[in-house]
Amino acid sequence: MNVIAATTSVRVIEPLWRVRLRLAWRSFQTGWDIFRENPIGLIGLGMIAFFGLMAIAHPLLIATVWPPNVYDPLMGYDKEIIVHPSPPTWIPNAATEIQSLRPLSRFRHILGTDPLGRDVLSQLMSSTQSEFALGMMAALVTVVVGTTLGAVTAYYGGVIDMIFMRISDLVIMLPFIPLMIVLGSMFDFQMLHLALVYGILVGFGGNTLVIKSQALTLKVKAYTEAARVAGGSNLHIIFTHLVPNLLPLAFLSMMITVTNAIFIEAVLSFFGLINIRMSWGIMIQITQAAGYLLTSWKYWYLMFPAGLSISLLCSAFYLVGRAMDAVVNPRLRKR
Amino acid sequence: MSLLLSVHDLTMHYATRKGEVSAVDNVSFDLAKGQSLGLVGESGCGKTSIVFALMRLLPENGMIKNGYIMLDGKDIVAMDYAALLKVRWRKIAMVFQAAMNALNPVYTVGQQIIEALELHLSNISPAQARERIAILFELVGLDPALMDRYPHEFSGGMRQRAVIAMALSCSPDIIIADEPTTALDVIVQDRILKRIRELQRELNMAMIYISHDIAVIAEVSDRIGVMYAGRMAEMAESADIFDRPMHPYTYALMGAFPSIKGKRRDLKTLPGEPPDLLDPPSGCRFHPRCPYATDVCREKQPDFTPVNGASRSDLTHGHYVACWHPMQGVTL
Amino acid sequence: MTQTTYTDGTLVRVEGLKKHFPVGGGLFKRAKSHIYAVDDVSFAIQKGKSLGLVGKSGCGKTTTGKMLVRLYDPTAGHIFLNDVEVGQVDLAEVKGAQLKTFRRRVQMIFQDPYESLNPRRTVFDTVVEPLAVQGIGDLIDREERVAGLLDMVGLTPANTFMFRFPHELSGGQRQRVAIARALIIDPTFIVADEPTSMLDVSIRIGVMQLMQELADRFAVSYLYITHDLAVARYMCQDIAVMYLGKLVEMAETEELLAHPLHPYTQALISAVPIPDPRLQRETLEIKGGIAQPIDPPLHCRFYDRCPFADNFCRDNDHPLLEDKGDGHKVACYKV
Repeated sequence: MNVIAATTSVRVIEPLWRVRLRLAWRSFQTGWDIFRENPIGLIGLGMIAFFGLMAIAHPLLIATVWPPNVYDPLMGYDKEIIVHPSPPTWIPNAATEIQSLRPLSRFRHILGTDPLGRDVLSQLMSSTQSEFALGMMAALVTVVVGTTLGAVTAYYGGVIDMIFMRISDLVIMLPFIPLMIVLGSMFDFQMLHLALVYGILVGFGGNTLVIKSQALTLKVKAYTEAARVAGGSNLHIIFTHLVPNLLPLAFLSMMITVTNAIFIEAVLSFFGLINIRMSWGIMIQITQAAGYLLTSWKYWYLMFPAGLSISLLCSAFYLVGRAMDAVVNPRLRKR
Repeated sequence: MSLLLSVHDLTMHYATRKGEVSAVDNVSFDLAKGQSLGLVGESGCGKTSIVFALMRLLPENGMIKNGYIMLDGKDIVAMDYAALLKVRWRKIAMVFQAAMNALNPVYTVGQQIIEALELHLSNISPAQARERIAILFELVGLDPALMDRYPHEFSGGMRQRAVIAMALSCSPDIIIADEPTTALDVIVQDRILKRIRELQRELNMAMIYISHDIAVIAEVSDRIGVMYAGRMAEMAESADIFDRPMHPYTYALMGAFPSIKGKRRDLKTLPGEPPDLLDPPSGCRFHPRCPYATDVCREKQPDFTPVNGASRSDLTHGHYVACWHPMQGVTL
Repeated sequence: MTQTTYTDGTLVRVEGLKKHFPVGGGLFKRAKSHIYAVDDVSFAIQKGKSLGLVGKSGCGKTTTGKMLVRLYDPTAGHIFLNDVEVGQVDLAEVKGAQLKTFRRRVQMIFQDPYESLNPRRTVFDTVVEPLAVQGIGDLIDREERVAGLLDMVGLTPANTFMFRFPHELSGGQRQRVAIARALIIDPTFIVADEPTSMLDVSIRIGVMQLMQELADRFAVSYLYITHDLAVARYMCQDIAVMYLGKLVEMAETEELLAHPLHPYTQALISAVPIPDPRLQRETLEIKGGIAQPIDPPLHCRFYDRCPFADNFCRDNDHPLLEDKGDGHKVACYKV
């Protein structure tokens, strides 16, 4: 009697996709419980939520309370104020500091205006969206490139491993910022291009080695062998068994990548190498170009908010990444 | 025989994120000088936890809730760190499970034993220590010249012997061996078992030997304690455990080991699995799997009772069982 | 070797199987020495019977088993499978699509129940994998077969176990899942690599009994690899003993245990502890030996340890396996 004949008497009821959904939700809940235990993660998450609100709030404000001709981050200009840049309107002695045609409301420019007459807060908030997009995009590219590369080189070994590892060595050796400066001067970089280039370079870089070493341990696990005994092709084994077990590790590096991508963008904007309209880095660049960067504390509102935002968003992702450590690596969890 | 170690009503829990795991529950046993006690049971039955409690080597989340461990008139449970140092290795020494992996690969084996000696025996000079190690090595069947080699130059069996030498280094009264031969092949295991038993007799050391393999326990132990789910189910002289097992679990265990001698018999499965100690069964912890369980078994936990006139106060001899319906129709 | 059709009830015949691993060397350098992990091993497994392969770790039994399922490619030798449909096939020679088809005939159960299941895949995913990889049946068929098989291995009701993850199962339950996975594509032959050595004693018997039951029900033969003679006695009708890559003795189980002829077998049997404190045993003492067969000498591999060896044993090649009557084969000059 063979197995086939003996088993066709049992009926299964629930559709598979719904079961998978339920299981995914359950594992998410478990992960969330563990994440919640570490206050660092919650702080990071809170900061990200704050910036998220900022990003959402901007178009709402433009649509309702802020007239676009004044508050548009690129084209706005406040005619009421004679001298730009002007300090925030809520500081004491505003009347004497700001030279305006008429007395202004305290909330007119919460962070002042930049040398071109545009509202600083508006610039800050509108940039948030593209910063997020940049970070996410770069992280995604890094994860895809890093995981695939790590899994493939570990699985096949031999010549493939050697070639890619040497490329990886080269990438690690190249000094990053000078490289980006050179590339930026040669090509017309937009946010998207930056995300892609950055993602690929990091994907080939140091983190791949970590992923590859993990993949090497996975390659010899019994379940991989079982898949091969069942007749699984190389591709099947790589993408069904290696990659899903590598993703948690890759996810961690993702957080760091977001941090670095945002920072790199700021640096490149500062050097004027990116062709984007507005970002936190551009805000600082404009300050420098107009000569206000290294002056006294008087023009703090021109660069301090932008700089602080960069630091805070970067740290937020980093903190989340650290808290994710415990979720990803069961050994780091509290007993 | 004089009483050396007395464990009474020892209870130990582990605190985990899911709750408290009742790992050891009211376990009592006594050990006389030179006596060898074998603790047998499946993984999770508490045998390793007990010996860790004896050495006070419990992890952070392990708590001794109740009971005492008397050694030389002092309670180990209540000892402070200074007193413990005098007990560890000098009175009780341990050979850990997979001990061959317990050797630090960056130091020579000799250096590691010297470390133990210097820590526990003050005023021992390096020359004296080396002499002592040479003697120990010969005792366990190793060439003394190997003292200056690194662990990776030893085979598995040799490493195990080295670890045994380390345990013997301060001439302890009691040696605890936690599954010392699991990872070794049967011929090496046989040699080491023989040597351990010989040493134990020569040096008149008491021994607590832990294993899940009843055949190995039968060969090295004078007395056997059968543990299940954190409790001691039965304890008696080795021959009695095999001839007259009274606890249904002991009886089932006997029937679960295939043997190469004797008739090839059909082995009986014990249905079910060992219980989850986060939420152990009520009453007797074996009742879900016991073919003879009745209501009283489900409700009340049976006491560890002496049988056939065994002493209530000195557990170094005699037959003890924790069961409401012990087999062989024995009345308690 | 001649390819005869075996009508005598032989299922698998292994002839002259060898596996040599190079030591040192790499992409550009030839290895100077080799590990002769499996050196000229031949045996046959009958239909409806199981063969126990016994020896200490490092003797080559696992390597032999892995060659039978083509996890390793043999360095030399043949693995003749008597297939109902195609007649005789040499599993050592098949490649590509043909290999994939013949993987349906031979499956494996691994030693470590904690490593042989992918922790991220549900029980269903694991058991259905062979079907999915071989493209058998549609989704409904597959679900039914998995459910049926889970029932058969004692994981009932199937619906509760189907979507659990490995960490929610005990060791014994995981091994049952592994058994279900091995059986689902209806193999004729299963290599079981110490499937119960990592399980608790009271669970072990249940799993072994299950394996026997299923063997009878589905006409599956086992190559049961173990270091434990008692387990081999319980599960197998024939036993073969390996030492340092060579087969030293092979006979029917009870015959081997009652009248062991090779000194190594005698030493092995005498060293097994007896679960009865009153019985004494006499160990046959043999000297300590080397662990791995690297560039072994050309004489009998057991010469250094054998208590009966003499100059003849040293001056001649490793003895061949000879039948001493009634199918009891030994490789020894002193018998």
